[in-house]
Amino acid sequence: MPESPDGPETPKTPETGRVHTGSGFGRMLVAVYAVFAISATARSGVQLVLYFDDAPVAYLLSAFAAVVYIVATIALARRGPVAEKVASVAIGVELVGVLVVGTVTVLDPELFPDATVWSGFGEGYGYIPLLLPIVGMWWVVRTHRLNRRTV
Amino acid sequence: MALWFAWFVALAAVAVAGYAAYLLARNRPVDNPLFYAASALELLLVVQTVAGCVALASTDRDIEGVTFVGYLLTCVLIPPAAVLWGVSEKSRWGTGVVVVGMLTVAVLVARLVQLWSGHA
Repeated sequence: MPESPDGPETPKTPETGRVHTGSGFGRMLVAVYAVFAISATARSGVQLVLYFDDAPVAYLLSAFAAVVYIVATIALARRGPVAEKVASVAIGVELVGVLVVGTVTVLDPELFPDATVWSGFGEGYGYIPLLLPIVGMWWVVRTHRLNRRTV
Repeated sequence: MALWFAWFVALAAVAVAGYAAYLLARNRPVDNPLFYAASALELLLVVQTVAGCVALASTDRDIEGVTFVGYLLTCVLIPPAAVLWGVSEKSRWGTGVVVVGMLTVAVLVARLVQLWSGHA
């Protein structure tokens, strides 16, 4: 993705002078998060309602992942210090989740009879689930730093 | 559902995503040609939804109906959402939102073909 030398430009909010995680490059990031929030929610909904008894642990994990994506999407899209905090926690949980579930599923593929978003470090989703929390964390930290400088 | 039509729709979505990516690389916000291209894709997706539902109703094969119709409807919702949200961001990243949306449509259509072919 092409970027200017000092990273993607972030337009500042005129009223407050604070930058915000949901504008500029963050707008595209929120779009990707929204796609994962919606697809994970839909998938886990179908799993929980129709097939719960087949693989309860995997399906509960799918549901947990869906909630994490929803919280991260909303927090990134909102402005303010609280939203920044919530976003960083949600993205941290997401990163730990994909790393732990990824490692466990690679070491013991039999453990989960059915795949989750985070299985095999997100291999079923082009490894975007692994990349997303890393980019997301970078973006939240960057926004946080910029705001500390302006306040 | 005629599979060639679905592949045509997926290719069209990739093409719109490609044009949006070109605008993104050129540091440009959503422009009129992109808007019209996304609208044309939306028409194809509406046709696909109708054709898909008819095909699902008239087949006696065992297709995951809930997921199939869910994918069809999600496909139709994405272009308007992506374009509306992309237009309201007056920078190249608004175009980026359209790239994300169009690629998502392409993936969903490919998944529809998989569901229909029984490789879910």
